[in-house]
Amino acid sequence: MVSSSLSETSPEPLVADPPAEQPEQSGSVLTTLLRLHTRGEWSLIGLLFFLGVIVIPGLNLLPADSAFHFPDYLIPLLGKFMCYALVALAVDLIWGYAGILSLGHGVFFALGGYAMGMYLMRAIGTEGVYRSELPDFMVFLDWKELPWYWYGFSNFGFALGMALLVPGILAYIFGFFAFRSRIRGVYFSIITQAMTYALMLLFFRNDTGFGGNNGLTDFKRLLGFSLQEPTTKLGLYVTSVVVLILAYLACRYLVTSKLGRVLMAVRDAESRLMFCGYNPHSYKLFLWTLSAMLCGLAGALYVPQVGIINPSEMQPANSIEMAIWVAVGGRGTLSGALLGAFLVNGVKSWCTAAFPYLWLYILGAMFIVVTLFLPRGVAGLLRRQTEKRERVLPRPADAGHVSSLSNTGERG
Amino acid sequence: MNVRSFLLCLSALLMLSLPSPPGASAAGEDLASLLQGLGAKSRRDVRQAIMALGTLNDPAALPALEALDDRHLRVDKAGRVYIKAEDGSLRDTLSGETVELEAATLRTPRINNAIRRALRPVIAQLQLHAPDAAVRLAAAEELTKRPRPEMMGPLQAALERETEAAVRDVLSVAVAQMQLQSEDQTVRLAAIRTIGESGNLGLRPQLEALVATQEDGSFVEADPEVREAAEAALASFERTQFLINSLGNLFYGASLGSVLLLAALGLGITFGLMGVINMAHGEMLMLGAYASYVVQGIFQESFPALFDWYLAVAVPAAFGVCLLTGMILERGVIRFLYGRPLETLLATWGISLVLIQSVRLIFGAQNVQVANPAWLSGGVEVLYGVVLPYSRLAILLFVALVVGLVWLILQRTRLGLQVRAVTQNRPMASCMGISAGRVDMWTFGLGSGIAGLGGVALSQIGNVGPELGRLYIVDSFMVVVLGGVGNIAGTVVGALSLGLVNKLLEPVAGAVLGKIGVLIFIVLFIQQRPQGLFALKGRLAES
Repeated sequence: MVSSSLSETSPEPLVADPPAEQPEQSGSVLTTLLRLHTRGEWSLIGLLFFLGVIVIPGLNLLPADSAFHFPDYLIPLLGKFMCYALVALAVDLIWGYAGILSLGHGVFFALGGYAMGMYLMRAIGTEGVYRSELPDFMVFLDWKELPWYWYGFSNFGFALGMALLVPGILAYIFGFFAFRSRIRGVYFSIITQAMTYALMLLFFRNDTGFGGNNGLTDFKRLLGFSLQEPTTKLGLYVTSVVVLILAYLACRYLVTSKLGRVLMAVRDAESRLMFCGYNPHSYKLFLWTLSAMLCGLAGALYVPQVGIINPSEMQPANSIEMAIWVAVGGRGTLSGALLGAFLVNGVKSWCTAAFPYLWLYILGAMFIVVTLFLPRGVAGLLRRQTEKRERVLPRPADAGHVSSLSNTGERG
Repeated sequence: MNVRSFLLCLSALLMLSLPSPPGASAAGEDLASLLQGLGAKSRRDVRQAIMALGTLNDPAALPALEALDDRHLRVDKAGRVYIKAEDGSLRDTLSGETVELEAATLRTPRINNAIRRALRPVIAQLQLHAPDAAVRLAAAEELTKRPRPEMMGPLQAALERETEAAVRDVLSVAVAQMQLQSEDQTVRLAAIRTIGESGNLGLRPQLEALVATQEDGSFVEADPEVREAAEAALASFERTQFLINSLGNLFYGASLGSVLLLAALGLGITFGLMGVINMAHGEMLMLGAYASYVVQGIFQESFPALFDWYLAVAVPAAFGVCLLTGMILERGVIRFLYGRPLETLLATWGISLVLIQSVRLIFGAQNVQVANPAWLSGGVEVLYGVVLPYSRLAILLFVALVVGLVWLILQRTRLGLQVRAVTQNRPMASCMGISAGRVDMWTFGLGSGIAGLGGVALSQIGNVGPELGRLYIVDSFMVVVLGGVGNIAGTVVGALSLGLVNKLLEPVAGAVLGKIGVLIFIVLFIQQRPQGLFALKGRLAES
């Protein structure tokens, strides 16, 4: 992660990145892609890819009594982390680059998960407890036929499309109204939290048609592969890694493009941007919708690996926790978001098993310490170390009259 | 034994031969012999004696009947009955004089439900003679619930005697209910009208029986006029029911709004002053509720005599605890984050996690119950079926008081002046010599303290658990968004309207859809008034 030092865009306002980073409009896709990172960073990405897609699965495929065998139970856990990292990427995109803190990404994540869960429910076929064509919970509720919004979900492609579209459409409608009335800053966060809360209540109802309290579970097969098989789990994990890396590169392309620079201007000085003739509304709406869809994708990958989706995924607390992944890692740097997601969830997995009583204290302390002492997260800390070695960076003198509340270190 | 049986037969004979009230001395003897019947070994004899006492309709029998109901009646070997008084002495059933007897020789008549069913209406009927109007009212209500045709005479007599209007109303309904079965059409019609006007929804089944149809489609009730009258009475019931429901919803909406108001008041002030969203605000409610739980526990343990007044200590204690916590938070964490509201949001969320977990470790994850003082339990029934609990009424008053106090503090004290100055223009206020940091600390403390008061209020109407604050925090944010910041009027209007809209939508759309509707309404409302109802104007609104 150290290698991301100079090329990552700075979250600090109005600090220009080296112009060399701008992708040129001409040139093939490959050259554009290659310009995203320095050679050192590319080799790091390659190394991680190699590690995630080749080494770990390879070790896992070794016989179980081998000393190098990678334990089976860790594979879905790592896969889960990949999905969380994808979420962190989405949150960082909208928070780190456009300065909009969403407390509703848990909803988009869960909606994607529900879309996939609905496919998996339909894929059970007549193997459920009640041997019925309908999902078990519908039989239990004495429903006679499939509700109309379940049509089509027996098709994998349709379900995957919905996992992207449903969060996207919800985000678009919500964002359209919210941004149009220029709700921003904490107001936006609060409204998204209220949306989360309301949707959670909605999904807790049995009548809503998504299994109520228990959600969707007892999945059997994905595209014909049994979800109980270790190889299926491995396949899902590898898919998650590949999707994560592709998503990372796409986001990286986005934030280093011209569009990305406009977004950062939205974050740092929205009014000024408007005077320059831009309409921040549509930029924000685009990024917001994209971020929601990315979250939906993460949810769709997540559900087959954990085997359940229920409304508690929509708890407001979950959405806020997503923000802390990004904050710990360092917002405004994509690699920081990934790092944070792995770090926080790693600690969580270990801690909830080892000292369950302490976990909330640790999480709470993370929130407080990171906001007080590490405003740029671990990535910022690492970068400061390298910067200290090289030179003392002068603070920009004009940061004081930046009007946006969200990212200025000074008082507005 | 023979004597007793003889007396019983005699009394039955006397009743048959003397339907009109007998002379004083004859009645006394009669009564005495019937009372002895209460001590009969056969339960059927006991029931007959009870019925006979009811027909006799002499209130002097009341103490013995009540004693039988309370299992305080004692029978000696000879079959004579006595009342065992509170102090353990035995008294004569009629004169009340103390009698010296070996307690061991006595037996307690056993009563079963059949006897109780016979006993209660007779007791109620005799209580209609009681000098206390409240006792008569209760008795009349009891009789309305369990009508018996043979009580017609005594009831009508009681109705003629009765001077208290409230008791008269109930009695006339009780009589009307029996008259429904009368042979005379005019009597029935009048009875239906009386019942319809009474608005006593408990009598609905009787009316519905009159308009019911049999399986072949014909009416159970042959008389069409009676049916029509019953329909009309039922329609009037519908109106009453609707009125009652609306009133109930209004009251509960106002009650919910008042609780939200206490939660949102502090939030609005701190947000207005510092632009800080305090996610730990809900936990201040929780701390306040737990503070009153602790105070209540201490009173229960150490000063049980003063238990009814524990709230007098709980209110300042909760306020103090939360004030202190708020001030510590402000000095320790929040003041370093001014100008970075999103970070403050996250940091205060972290604080809330720590507070919740701490409370969970100290008091356990289970909900605890805070007992109401005696003067707050129960409620006042304003209409049939609308009970306003005293605790909720008290909260309404309490909230009004707190809002008034906060208004006074903000408008009439030096701190209030400084708070308003800093809210309007922080740098300028600092230039004028106001220590903005100190104002921040006190305001934050004040806002938290008010939330603590909200916690005391919540502890009186529900269980207290570590997650209590989470339930209210989203709604109180909505109040702030809707009502505005640093502006009490906006918060009051926002909280009450949110509470009312929530409760009024609930019966129409269900609780969840109602909540979603409210959210959509708020988002659309902000479309129209981007600043909400609140009053930040000019340049401040943009920053």
